Amino acid sequence: MPADAITPLLLTLKVALLATALATVFGVAIGKLLGRKRSLLRDTAESLLTLPLVLPPTVLGYYLLVLLGRRGTLGGWLQENFGISLIFTWQGAVIASAVAAFPLILRAARAAFAAVDPQVENAARTLGLGELKLFVRVTLPLAWRGVLAGALLALARAMGEFGATLMVAGSLPGRTQTLSLAIYDAVMAGDDARAQTLVLICLITSVVLLIAAAQLLRRGRPERGA
Amino acid sequence: MKGVSLAIEKRLHADRRTFDLAVRFESAAQVTVLFGPSGAGKTLTLHAIAGLLRPDRGEIRIDDRVVFSSAQRIDIAARQRGIGFVFQDYALFPHLTVAQNVAFGLQRGWFNAGTRAVRCEQLAPFDLQPLAHAYPADLSGGQRQRVALARALAGQPRLLLLDEPFASLDAPLRTRMRSELLALRHRHDVPMIVITHDPDDVAALGGQVINLDNGRVVG
Repeated sequence: MPADAITPLLLTLKVALLATALATVFGVAIGKLLGRKRSLLRDTAESLLTLPLVLPPTVLGYYLLVLLGRRGTLGGWLQENFGISLIFTWQGAVIASAVAAFPLILRAARAAFAAVDPQVENAARTLGLGELKLFVRVTLPLAWRGVLAGALLALARAMGEFGATLMVAGSLPGRTQTLSLAIYDAVMAGDDARAQTLVLICLITSVVLLIAAAQLLRRGRPERGA
Repeated sequence: MKGVSLAIEKRLHADRRTFDLAVRFESAAQVTVLFGPSGAGKTLTLHAIAGLLRPDRGEIRIDDRVVFSSAQRIDIAARQRGIGFVFQDYALFPHLTVAQNVAFGLQRGWFNAGTRAVRCEQLAPFDLQPLAHAYPADLSGGQRQRVALARALAGQPRLLLLDEPFASLDAPLRTRMRSELLALRHRHDVPMIVITHDPDDVAALGGQVINLDNGRVVG
């Protein structure tokens, strides 16, 4: 594998994995907060939180710039107090990918938590557990398969992130240029050989991840059924 | 006064229908049977006593301790009521072994006890030792019920609630489990409230019978 192809691959994996972790933490927490009961308020909240999936990535990128940019609410505050700017950094790419992937894990997690037998959760309550411990010891272990499936979708989405990342982090070779950005860059520059190599790497990585995911989901199946 | 006294009201909405629960009774008996047809509000009443359903109005006392009172704004959480509950379908934790299920309430930490590490003295009295490492899906109906009973009694509750404990058992097993339950009551000396819609259960269990119909105590 050519050395100049490894850098975008490693960057892609780093950004996508961190973005998935970030999206999973928030997706699981908010999925639990939205809860089992359906109501106009909860369903509206879920619809609004699903927007990043529906909107064009450029719209997402625009709003992230408005928020994180030097003159943005959060960006200005970070700059002023910590001297941090997320624009044109790989950390900015993580945030863009995490926001884009978040709705997938949120929906999967909420559905998985709703599928847990409420009576089993009630049993844990009568046995003396508070809501947080109940979540860790009962709900999460019973819903993890659905959560993991959502996390894999989120990872796939984060790996392929292009539009929002380009707007927030740019396409700086070696710094923020992930595989999908590097492929676009190579094609635009007329470097067919490089584009072909990068596309192949992208394809192989995705297939390997898919197979690993299938293995993980199968191995985790409780032997005695649940 | 020992025993349970309750006077509660709760309005529930489901599919544009409303159901009004307005139950009032007192019982100092060792065995109290809530008897009535399905849909009478038996399970709702039991859940209210356990703290799993919050009444709109009223008061619930267990052994003179007020666990719920709308007037005094008291609503003790289910986990602090010290009540053992045997659910209708037993509601065992499917991801935990028999030993882990029974010991669940004894460990108050953030993690479940390891499958091998868990030690539980509560298994022997219920003949569950050979099944300690089995999962609920592998158990027969009678075995599941024993696990549910052992789990509910492990924390030495001051009241045991049982929701249709025999409904999913076949007739011969039902007879056996009834006598096991009565033997258990003597051994643990814990008062119990049992839900049933089967007159044979009422005859076998004895004690005070509360008839429920359409959300109210009748007769």
